Parts: sequence; structure tokens; C-alpha cells
Amino acid sequence: MSPALIAALPFLGAALPALLIRTGRNNAALAAGVTTGLALLGLLLHLPAVLAGQVITAQFDWLPWLGLNANFMIDGLGMLFATLILGIGLLIILYARFYLSNQDPVGQFYTYLLLFQGAMVGIVLSDNILLLLIFWELTSLSSFLLIGYWKHLPEGRQGARMALTVTGLGGLSMIAGMLILGNIAGSYDISQILQAKAAIQASPLYLPALLLILGGAFTKSAQFPFHFWLPHAMAAPTPVSAYLHSATMVKAGLFLMARLWPVLSGTPEWFYIVATTGLITMLIAAKIAIFKDDMKALLAFSTVSHLGLITFLLGLGTKAGAIAAVFHIINHASFKAALFMSAGIVDHEAHTRDLKRLGGLRKLMPVTFVIATIATLSMAGIPLFNGFLSKEMMLEEASHTGWMGNPWLVPVLATVAALFSATYSFRFLAHGFFGPVRDDYPHKPHDPPVGMWLSPAFLTVLVLLIGVMPMTFAGPYVQMAASAVTGEALHLHPIKLWHGITPALMMSGMAVLGGLAILAGFKPLKAMWEATPRPEAKAIFDAIIAVFAALAEWFTAALHNGSMARYLTGFTIASVAAGFWAFAGGAFGPETREMLPVSPVAIAGWVMLVTASASVVAYHHNRILALVLISIVGLIVSICFIYLSAPDLALTQISVEVVTAVLMILALNFLPKHTQRGVGPMKHLFHIAVAGVTGLATGLLIYALMMRDFAFESMSAYHLANSHNLGGGDNVVNVILVDFRGYDTYGEVTVLGIAALVIFALTEALMSGTASKKLIAWRPDVARAGDKHPIMLLVGTRVMMPIALLVGVFIFLRGHNLPGGGFIAGLVVSIALVMQYMASGFAWTQARQKVYYHVLIGIGVLAAGITGIGAWFNGMPFLTSDFGYVKLFGLEPFEMATAAGFDLGVFLGVVGSVLLALGGLSRMARRAAVGDEPAQAHIIAEKPAARSGQAEGAHAFPPETNLPRRWAAARGYTSARQDDEKIKLPKVPKPKMPSVKKTKKKPTKGEGK
Amino acid sequence: MEALVASAVGVMTAAGIYLILRLRTFPVVLGMSMLSYAVNIFLFATGRLAVNLPPILDHAGAATAGYTDPIPQALVLTAIVISFGMTAVVVMLALGAFIEAGDDLIDLDETEEAGQ
Repeated sequence: MSPALIAALPFLGAALPALLIRTGRNNAALAAGVTTGLALLGLLLHLPAVLAGQVITAQFDWLPWLGLNANFMIDGLGMLFATLILGIGLLIILYARFYLSNQDPVGQFYTYLLLFQGAMVGIVLSDNILLLLIFWELTSLSSFLLIGYWKHLPEGRQGARMALTVTGLGGLSMIAGMLILGNIAGSYDISQILQAKAAIQASPLYLPALLLILGGAFTKSAQFPFHFWLPHAMAAPTPVSAYLHSATMVKAGLFLMARLWPVLSGTPEWFYIVATTGLITMLIAAKIAIFKDDMKALLAFSTVSHLGLITFLLGLGTKAGAIAAVFHIINHASFKAALFMSAGIVDHEAHTRDLKRLGGLRKLMPVTFVIATIATLSMAGIPLFNGFLSKEMMLEEASHTGWMGNPWLVPVLATVAALFSATYSFRFLAHGFFGPVRDDYPHKPHDPPVGMWLSPAFLTVLVLLIGVMPMTFAGPYVQMAASAVTGEALHLHPIKLWHGITPALMMSGMAVLGGLAILAGFKPLKAMWEATPRPEAKAIFDAIIAVFAALAEWFTAALHNGSMARYLTGFTIASVAAGFWAFAGGAFGPETREMLPVSPVAIAGWVMLVTASASVVAYHHNRILALVLISIVGLIVSICFIYLSAPDLALTQISVEVVTAVLMILALNFLPKHTQRGVGPMKHLFHIAVAGVTGLATGLLIYALMMRDFAFESMSAYHLANSHNLGGGDNVVNVILVDFRGYDTYGEVTVLGIAALVIFALTEALMSGTASKKLIAWRPDVARAGDKHPIMLLVGTRVMMPIALLVGVFIFLRGHNLPGGGFIAGLVVSIALVMQYMASGFAWTQARQKVYYHVLIGIGVLAAGITGIGAWFNGMPFLTSDFGYVKLFGLEPFEMATAAGFDLGVFLGVVGSVLLALGGLSRMARRAAVGDEPAQAHIIAEKPAARSGQAEGAHAFPPETNLPRRWAAARGYTSARQDDEKIKLPKVPKPKMPSVKKTKKKPTKGEGK
Repeated sequence: MEALVASAVGVMTAAGIYLILRLRTFPVVLGMSMLSYAVNIFLFATGRLAVNLPPILDHAGAATAGYTDPIPQALVLTAIVISFGMTAVVVMLALGAFIEAGDDLIDLDETEEAGQ
């Protein structure tokens, strides 16, 4: 299986548990397990080759110009980690199936777990540091989801946030470091970087890069002083703790150090930073762990301590150190995951994991006790268990390591750390499982079902097997991984239980005996520990976060004081200033074009436009007048377009002008008709100045542009030359829209549809809740017209309707060759329909409207999309159009382009959007109009009880009356909300003209031929 | 001709900017419409002006003196339609705000700010 597929499998499988959870938890767990198992199988098929020293690679160019390639490789180190991740993942999936309760969203859990797993496998199999960074960030995100899995627990949420903040910050630092590293090495591929040791270590940027990368590794692997997040992340469910916080994610930092070990290690900087940090972490965390009462907290600090141990070993920079580090990674993953799962079992069965409340579990939970004992003794470093072997190797290394010329410091500190480690291990066992059986457990504990203890049991078997026969069960793996870490084929000296009486053995013995001694005197020591004040990392962290939050709030408040005019002023000034700055920085060539002659018509238009614009500004307080004036501007703009050789634009502009005017009028129905004066005189002058300068600058800029030829050759020539040959149309603008730039148009129609749906949603929100009451109580502030539906307008629009639709069809059909097309035809048809609404009323029209406008928008977008997809069947890219010539009897041959289907989608989308938008406003107006007949609906709506005597008075409501549903229902009147539901209107005689739907079908039919 | 178009763009821009700096919703909507006109013509004019040269291919042959630039026209055509969609959304928001809040001021006042 390709390494890329191994990394991708968990991501692909992540959807399965979420989908399958409806069929039960077993299926979700099974899907997760099968996915992981497949990936593991695929990985292990490469094992023989990797053991033989080969590197399996898979390379895809992704963004080669950025150096970002999706290159994957399986070398010894990647193989070791991927096996751990997938193998322990499999065990965790089994364990979690039994650990999580019925109330937990189990599908979600497995989905998050697989996402995390994929990200981790991605990290360890990446052969490109940029790719690795992407997976690195993904682990931070997916672990955030997993830690915060129990969303109802504040500790979970806070712990997740803290973990994300710390590891996320570390990730940022690492990105910087990786970029420097890649820059020095000249490639972002890890296999290339690993060859560039000399160049990297000689570079003056070596130290910054090292510090930044270690920032990422130390935060991820919880090294001092970033260790504090890990214990808080233990608020996660135990399977997560066992998986992320002992076996995998926290080892990502170690993996990174091991991965870059060949090029970064071996310098004094590396030794003093990494080994020292590791040693301090090992010591401090072990000490804290001794006094933790929560089993998981104890294990959490113990994990931090062991991570410190491995960091220390890697920091030594020696081959023996690397071997010991790799060996301990294996050992720690096996015994610590087993321990976490045991703690989870105890928590699950006894409903507490507080060591003060436990004890005596040895008799109640014998199976769990055996598992926990084996794992704990391994953690304590007792012979016959695997932890002993790697700890011995660590002590051996420490015993001959000097620090700043001091030969005693490191061995002594390492021994003390081992002593502490033995202490907390013994305490875990003694206080949890030994001692008398108590009768005050929150829940009577007993051994869990097999499914729950199987996973940790499997791991403890490994602990024993490796502990007794290390060379058989771990030797090849250690050799393979250590060779990959050091970058040269190592020959492993046999790892043996018995080396004779060595300094390491003596140190080990001292540690075990000391640990027992401390445990004997635990009570007074604990009292002392409780009495000493110590810094609480969470409080410090929270304080720092609070300071930053306050800073951000202050900054936001200072910038965003709520004054829109201020933002817009700032934005305008900044844009103009940026324009001036850019203009000043460029060369300004001479004018190369003659000015076009000015015709009297143009002057007349200019005068009207400028006058209308000035009048809009001058009279904008009178809103209706301003609306009329701005429509004049729009009309002149349309004329300007047609004068300047843009007939399509002119048609579009003039039809948009109409619908905009209708829209504004509908809005003005509610809004005040006059604007009050707002700002003070100084500010007013300032606004005038800003507007004036901006206008002047814009005018001068476009003048300068128009008087010069193109600086570069325009691509318009291509479009003009190929419009007929490739697009099959003579109207180049339309061909660009539906063919050359069809993707843009597709997006634009979609956006238009979304805008209409937003309006619909806003209307819905306003039609319910308090706004609805305000609407019902609303009274018009100007006199209504005497006749709601003037007969002349009514007849006129109905007569014009078919003609208008015909014009729409005509414009649509000719659009490919002559001015017109889907946009314009859609607008024309919309106007024809809107006229019906205006003349005949909303209810009358709506009752004849058989197609919902949402559906129309959807069909439009679909039609455009399907036309585009059609190109695939001809082996062409999306939206490639084709055309041919059709000969129908009695007609001249005419060409049909598939782009017409696309244009049809545009047409439908535009019609649906315009009508949905205007319909929303109209529905609000109708809701408000209920108030016009206070004798009927309004009062009844307010006080139904007062009118309840008139039960037969269903006819008291005019059919168009719009009542809240509950009032209508109370009166047994079903058709009160005819604006929402299709209803029959028995009283209105059916007109003889064709219905809206029939007429609207015509364009579609015409297209079909 | 160019001078007329440029000055018209300048006047419309100035009017638009002035109107969007007002404190009520309706003038702001008007101002945005004005700005849309100005920006559309600006974009259109980047194709340089031409009279009687529409980008409709003429197969008559030699009679054609050339065509105006079609690309800015295509851009502006969709811009006009999209600006309608935008205006409609803004109008609806303004209306909703007016109905909910009882006034059509666009600025947040002190209490609203404190409440958030």
C-alpha cells in the first residue's frame, strides 16, 4: 500500500463512524477498527523491506513552486511510530467501545479519533517539512476536539483550549524554524535536508532555527516550562488520554527531534538546550507526580517525566542515547497506555480515581490488578519488565555524562528522577490496589467485561515479552528505528537483562530502594508538600490569557466605536491614500490617445447626470424625491452605455434600474420618508471634503487611464477572434459570460441566488417574533392611494404580460449573437411578473404562481451546473461549450450552443432571485396591511377571546387577511396564511388569460427544440 | 468625451461617498447605488471609450472598423446584476433594523455597545 494511502485512509474512514452511528455503536467502532486495521496491514506489508533498510517513498507534486510536495516515505523511524499509532489506535478503538457510555456521541468520538490518527500518521510518514507542518497543525486541531469531547465539562473545554493555545503557539514557532531550515538546506524535503548537516550547522541561522523548532517540539511533548497543559488535557475521556497523551501525540515532539537528529544534534547548543530541558522535566514532573491523588493526574505527570527522559536521551547526541531513546519510546508507549486504560477501568467501575478513596482493589478487580501491576513495575524500572531495560540504558548514559565539566551532576539528578519515578509507581499500586478492601467506594467495583481489559492486557503481554526477551521482540525494531534516527546503519549491541554490577545497576537499585523508603514515609512528606506554596501553572496561564484578551478588547473597542461613518471615512481615506502612494511610485507616460469628439447629445446627458447627482445629494433628505433623482442617474448611465458601444450593458442597467426602483419603493413604504440631519457642521464639512477629494481623485485617475493606450497587449483580441469559432456566438460579451468566463458567471448566479435566500431568511425572521407584532401594529405614515388595484393598471399589465414574456424569450434566444442573453431576459421576465404583483396584488399573483422561487433558483444553478458537467462526457473540462447548426423545417438553419443551457440556468436564477427578493418585501407589506382593517383582523388578532362568539364569522376575514397561525387555528379558519401556503381562492373568478406557469414554460419549450 | 465621462465618474463618486457617510440607512443605500454606478462606469471605461463599435461580430467584412473592448463589458454586466442583489440585501437589513429597533440610525449607540 502506498505510504500516501496509509496516511489518507484514516481521513477517508473518518466519515464512516459519523454515518454509521445511527446503526449502532458497534458498527461505528467496527468501521473505525477496520479502517485502522487496513492502514496497519498496509504498513506492515512494508515491514520486511524497511527492516532490510529500504525506504519506501511516494511522491506527488502539489505546489512545487512553494517547495510543498506531498511526499511520503516510510523509513525505520516512520515505521516505528506509524506502528505505534495504528496499533495502539486499534486497541484504543476496542477499549473506547466499552468505555464510552450510551449518552456519549460515540460516532463523533471515532470520527475525531480517526482524524487525529490520520494527522499523526501523516506527520510520521511525511517526507516534506511543509507537509509535516500541515499534519502537525491538524493534530493540534483534532486533539482539541478530542480533549473537549465532553463538552459539558468546563475542565474539558478549558483543558482543550489550553492545549490548543500552547501547542498551537509552538506550531507557529515551528513553522518559522522549519522555513529557516528549509531555506538553509535549499529544499523542504526531509530526505534532502538530512543530507545538509554541514551547511545547517555552519549557518548563522542554526541557533534561531533550532530554538524555533524546539519551541514546537517542546510544547507538543510537554517539556518544561510548557509541561502544564498536559495534565489539564487529562479532562478528556480516558481512551483519549491513553492514546494522545501517552502513546502518540505527545511523542510527536520527540519524533520531530528524532527526525531532525542527524542535522541538528551533536552541537553544544543541542546538548545544553535539549538534554538540560529533558533532565529538568524528568525531575520536576516526577516529583509532582508523587503527590497527585488523581490516578490520571499522577500518570499525566509521570508521562511528562518520561517524555523528559526521552528528550534527555535524544539531547545527549550520542548513538547509544538515540538507541535508548527509541527503545524507551516503545516501552513507554506500551506500559503507559496500559496504565491509562487501567486507570480508566478503575474510574469506570469504582466511579472515582482518587487514590485517597481507593485501595483494596487487588481483591475486587483481580484482572485489572494484574494488568496494572505489570505495567506499574515496568514504569518503576523493575527487572523482567521492559521499562527496566531502557531505564538502565538511560542511567548508563547518564553515568558518564558531564555537564559544564561537572561529572556528578547529571548522574545524581538522573538517579533522583528515577527514584521519584519508582516512588510514584509504587504509590499508584499501593494506594490504589493494596491495602484493605473498603466499603465506601462510590460504586462497588468489579472487573470490567473482556472487551475493556483486552487492550491493556495485550500491552502488558508485550511489556513482559520485551522485558524478558528484548532482542527477540524489540531488537529488530529498535535497530531499524535507531538507524533511521542516526542516519547510518547501526549494529545493535544485544540488550541484556544482566550486564554484571554496573554503575547503572547500582543507581537503579538506589532508586528502587529510595522509592520504597519515601513511600513508607509518605504521609508527613505529603503534608509538607501541601504546606509549601508553589506556582499554579493554570492560574498563571489564565492571567496571561486574560491580559491578552483585555488588550485585544481594548484595541477592538478603540477601533470599533460603533460609528459606521467613522469606519467608512477611514476606509475611504486609506483607499485614496493608497492610490496616491501607488500612483506616486509608478512612471506616468504621456497621453497617447486622441479625445473622442463631444456630441451635443453627450453634453446634454452629462448635464442631466451631473445635475441629478448633485440633486440627489442636495435633496437626499426627501427620500422619495431622492429616489426619483437617482433613477434619472441610472437612466443616463444606461444611455451612456448604449452611446459608448455597450448595448448589453444598457439593457441590463435599464432593467436593473426598474427592479431597484420597485425594491426601494417597497422599502420606503416602511422607512421614514425624510432623513433628519445628523452630524455637526464641522464633521459635515469634513465629510464633504473627503467625498470631494475622493471624487476628484477617481475622476482624474480614470481620465488619465482613458487617455492612454494599454500598457500591455489586451486579451480582448483573443476573445474577439475566437468568439465565433470557439464559442459559436457573435455577441462577444455574451460569449464571454456563458463560455470563456462561464465559471465566473456560474459563481455570480450562485451568489445572486444566495443573496435572495438571505433576504428570504431575513423576511422569515421579521415575520415572526416581536418584529411581526410591530408589523401588525404598524400604521402607514402617508395617505394610501384610494384604489389599491387601479383597473387600468390591472388590465394594462395583464394584457402586457404575454408580450413582455415574449420579449423576454426573444432577448434570451438572440442573446448569443445580438445584445441580450440570460441576465437581461431574466430581468425582463422578472419585471413582467413584478408588474402583476404590483397591479393585481400579492395574493392574486401568488395563487397563480405554481413554482416556488427557491426552486427556480435551485433549478437555475443546477441547470447551469449540469450544462457545465455535460462537457465531462465529451472528455472536456467543466463548462466547455459545444455548438452545432440545426435545420428545422420552414426555418433558416440556426446554430444551437450548449451554452444556451447554461444561459437558461442564468435566466432562471435571475428570475427566481429577483422575485424572491421583492416577494419578501411584499409579504412584509401584506403583514402590515392587516392593520388597515382594524375592525376585522387586527383587533381579533390581539384579543381572540373578545370575538370568540362569532365562530361562524370565518367569512369576516377577507381571504387575503393575514393572521398569525395560532389565532386562525383557534377560529377554525385554515387559510389565514395564504402567503405561505398554496390555497384556493374561491371568490376570485379565474381570468381567461393563461396562468403564470403556463406562460413561463414557453422559454423552456422554445429552448428544447 | 473622455473628459465628460471622467468628470461624471468623479461627481458620482463624490456624491456616493458623501451619502454613505450619512447617519441613516436610506442615504447610505442611495450612496452605495451611486458608488455602484461610478465604479461600473469606471470599470467599463478601462476598456477605453468607443462610439458605434459594439462587440457584436459583423461578418459583412471590410465595413467593420473594429470593435470595442468586450471584457470590461462582461465584467460590468455581472457587476450590475450582483449590485442589485447587494442593494436588495442591504435594503432588507436596513428595513429589518428599522422595524426591530424603531429607528434607522446606522451607528451603534452607547447602550447597545455596552450590551455587547
